[in-house]
Amino acid sequence: MSERVAVRKTYKLFIGGKFPRSESGRSYLVQSSNVSLASRKDARDAVVAARAAVKGWAGATAYNRGQILYRAAEMLEGRREQFVALGVPGDEVDAAVDRWVWYAGWADKLSQVYGGANPVAGPYFNLSAPEPTGVVAVVAPERPALLGLVSVIAPAIVTGNTVVVAASPTEPLAAVTLAEVLATSDLPGGVVNILTGRITETAPTLAAHMDVNAIDLTGVTDADLAADLEVKAAENLKRVLRPAPADHDWSADPGVTRMTTLLETKTVWHPKGV
Amino acid sequence: MTATTTSARSELSELGRSETALRTFLHGLPGVDQVGAEQRAAQLGTRSIKTTAKAQAIDLAIRMVDLTTLEGADTPGKVRALAAKALRPDPADPSCPHVGAVCVYPAMVPHVAEVLRGSGVHLASVATAFPSGQAPLEIKLADTRAAVAAGADEIDMVINRGAFLAGRYKEVYDEIVATKEAAGDAHLKVILETGELATYDNVRRASWLAMLAGGDFIKTSTGKVPVAATPPVTLVMLEAVRDFRAATGRQVGVKPAGGIKNTKDAIKYLVMVNETVGTDWLDPDWFRFGASSLLNDLLMQRTKLTTGTYSGPDYFTLD
Amino acid sequence: MFEYAPAPESRSVVDLKASYGLFIDGEFVDPADGGSFKSINPASEEVLAEVSEAGTQDVERAVRAARKAYEKVWGPMPGRDRAKYLFRIARLIQERSRELAVLESLDNGKPIKESRDVDLPLVAAHFFYYAGWADKLEHAGFGANPRPIGVAAQVIPWNFPLLMLAWKIAPALAAGNTVVLKPAETTPLTALLFAEICQQAELPAGVVNIITGAGDTGRTLVEHPGVDKVAFTGSTDVGRAIARSVAGTRKKLTLELGGKAANIVFDDAPIDQAVEGIVNGIFFNQGHVCCAGSRLLVQENVADRVLESLKRRMAQLRVGDPLDKNTDIGAINSAAQLERIRELSDAGSAEGAERWSPPCELPDRGFWFAPTIFTGVTQAHRIAREEIFGPVLSVLTFRTPAEAVEKANNTPYGLSAGIWTDKGSRILWMADRLRAGVVWANTFNKFDPTSPFGGYKESGYGREGGRHGLEGYLNV
Repeated sequence: MSERVAVRKTYKLFIGGKFPRSESGRSYLVQSSNVSLASRKDARDAVVAARAAVKGWAGATAYNRGQILYRAAEMLEGRREQFVALGVPGDEVDAAVDRWVWYAGWADKLSQVYGGANPVAGPYFNLSAPEPTGVVAVVAPERPALLGLVSVIAPAIVTGNTVVVAASPTEPLAAVTLAEVLATSDLPGGVVNILTGRITETAPTLAAHMDVNAIDLTGVTDADLAADLEVKAAENLKRVLRPAPADHDWSADPGVTRMTTLLETKTVWHPKGV
Repeated sequence: MTATTTSARSELSELGRSETALRTFLHGLPGVDQVGAEQRAAQLGTRSIKTTAKAQAIDLAIRMVDLTTLEGADTPGKVRALAAKALRPDPADPSCPHVGAVCVYPAMVPHVAEVLRGSGVHLASVATAFPSGQAPLEIKLADTRAAVAAGADEIDMVINRGAFLAGRYKEVYDEIVATKEAAGDAHLKVILETGELATYDNVRRASWLAMLAGGDFIKTSTGKVPVAATPPVTLVMLEAVRDFRAATGRQVGVKPAGGIKNTKDAIKYLVMVNETVGTDWLDPDWFRFGASSLLNDLLMQRTKLTTGTYSGPDYFTLD
Repeated sequence: MFEYAPAPESRSVVDLKASYGLFIDGEFVDPADGGSFKSINPASEEVLAEVSEAGTQDVERAVRAARKAYEKVWGPMPGRDRAKYLFRIARLIQERSRELAVLESLDNGKPIKESRDVDLPLVAAHFFYYAGWADKLEHAGFGANPRPIGVAAQVIPWNFPLLMLAWKIAPALAAGNTVVLKPAETTPLTALLFAEICQQAELPAGVVNIITGAGDTGRTLVEHPGVDKVAFTGSTDVGRAIARSVAGTRKKLTLELGGKAANIVFDDAPIDQAVEGIVNGIFFNQGHVCCAGSRLLVQENVADRVLESLKRRMAQLRVGDPLDKNTDIGAINSAAQLERIRELSDAGSAEGAERWSPPCELPDRGFWFAPTIFTGVTQAHRIAREEIFGPVLSVLTFRTPAEAVEKANNTPYGLSAGIWTDKGSRILWMADRLRAGVVWANTFNKFDPTSPFGGYKESGYGREGGRHGLEGYLNV
């Protein structure tokens, strides 16, 4: 009796809730699979998709965003074995699920911790509340491929931003599989867009893009490239998260900085009188 | 009519003489809180209308349909077929009532009139340079007269939204008065195009303006802009006709048009009429649906109630 | 012309047992002395189930189970894991929401549209919200390492049985406490179904204990020396008695008590929405709401117009079978409560206020009271001062904003208030001066897990909901 021939999976990009191949028609061999090699045009398409998703996602209630993120954690837990088969250690998958749950809970709490009434000296109501900045470009850490990725995506989107993520070029399969998790989690298309390929190709396009509001350089390991991207980002004054130190401990409590850096604070004044 | 409403009516009829008086009156109407109005409309949408109530509602809704086609591609053959459907919506079931009216462009009126003559189904024509209303007044009035002359007994006019949004209320008022006069005995439905008015405060003001100027019906939409009839817009208009009757004694009809696709939606509107203005308006003379695809869904649901099985679109005529 | 046919929600989704034990240490157990009482459907007076009455020994057993679970399991457990149990509970409530809603309406008498569209979504959301706090307490503003208190004794009322349970249990568990909760004797059934949900969630035994009974059971529980925290929602009189009983102990106390809220309508209000708000303010949940807008303060120059609209709107209210999806006002929860509403309403008439109700047929069996308003009420009338806790509105007038504030505050209570005006600055001016824990502007009776709720003065102390809701369950 012959052994069953397995059906192999095609690893593609994740843009606007769909899984297209690179418009360039290119792929590269990594982790024993052909993975889409995203072009500059793919990066621009992803920004368009992310921008289109901002209104709905930022406008959703915090409760709703929390529910959807929690749903993503449920789906991630359900695919645990799939990640393990890709070589992600089991305890890294567990940590990624827990991190996702931790961020999900922030959706309807961050503005309570990071906003509030200001006692101005006058007959005015004065309230500060955070709002998402908009479209965030993210260079994900090369590894840990899953925990690192989750740790940069979740804090950006939980507050209502949308993201274009350049995934780990050396271990992209976890990213594409995470895209499949997100695609089945009630997350609106375009909130998370994932590009696989060379950072040197996609990141400069994203850093220079005038319709991107912030850039997270966490995964950029080359200091010169990081500086160059930051210079490009300065053109429209993108908010910048600088690269993580090489010895960054991804299992540690991440704190709230990743969320707050990607927020704007809006303060409202209103007189009080009869 | 009481003495108070008579005097209120004559006071209100004076408003149209001055831009300032109209503005002062319209801006003095109580505001509409958007969130509250939308919640109330949504709440009314949760009523559960079943069995006998549903059967009754479906037949009423069929009688209230203004079966409409307003396409550049309309032809005599197309509108005659539509008129035939208006007379006998379900040829298989003689107990099925006819619709309220057929609504077409002025050029199509003669072809529909032939079919409807003597049937009791009204013939409505859009006029006044529908849908934008962006034409000189003489042309809009000529448009109206032509439609009536060709046999329309209801005229669906559009208000001048440009003038309204610019605050030239008297201009809007005068156009409605002139159109009413041009329409003669035909019933005048005034389309507010609420999708372009943007706020419920504006919807309330435009409703009052149309009623003060003599409109017999106020209608939400042309169906030609992205936002057509919605439940909260219709709620605000129903509140306006209710308050207008309380103030003047004159009853004005309401017609939501566009976007009402199925029986469930139609029943929500009937519930809203029932609980906002009461049974006086639950009549085709006072409430209409401007719709086309709605009718087939009403027919399918009607068949479901009588036969117990769901029907499909293949079993109803496409006209 | 257009009569709505009956549209009853199916009862078959609820699987009622003939009798229920006490939920102690993860299991349903019989009470030590075998006492029991019946829970009835207030809309029909039919017996729904026989429920155990917890005595002293049962309370002892429940507190001991809670203590053990606190020390061995729940207290030491990382917040991350407590969160996961609470998320599970939230999900199970969402999954079983219709069953819970129908049972709530059966046992309480509230309309299914409210239990389905208000109570249950809020219950699930409350667990969801506090689940998210369990692993981030250090960010809540109560210090770097906030600690739980221990065993919480929680006594809740019959007006929102499951919602009040959620308001009590979710923050307590998130903060790391264990609980012994006593639901009201007329509405114990959804709490017992919640106990089954705790089992289904595999919540460690003893973390949640539910004991049923009446006032004596509640008193024994809050006075038990093994209790570290007492949380009570109910009448001001009982709240006062509890405050006395915990005096001199180390028990932390939060109280959410009665109210006599003013709903203030100015002449520039969005009238149609204000009328909806007045109706919602007093007739929501048959007026069995501690924050109900039971005093309408309407500016004198629009009083006639507002009242005319209000009466017209009230005539549309549908009173009857709580399980009918079109019912707006259900049954009064108990014969005793009906008696109290009648007594105060009669006092209103006797003191000279003018009483009005729309024509409305009430069922023969069960406990019913037609929606009622009193006009010509003054501050001196009993119906303007005492909490009626029923569908009865007292209407007063005012001339100026200052007078509205003065009348609104002229009560020993201070739970909530409403303001209706199109003018934003006036809303904020009024809100500054109203002595009430929740102020609704151009809306009323809105609740959200993120929003703190609680009263000033004799409406109690402490807040439930939001970040503030954690404080009552942390050693701060």
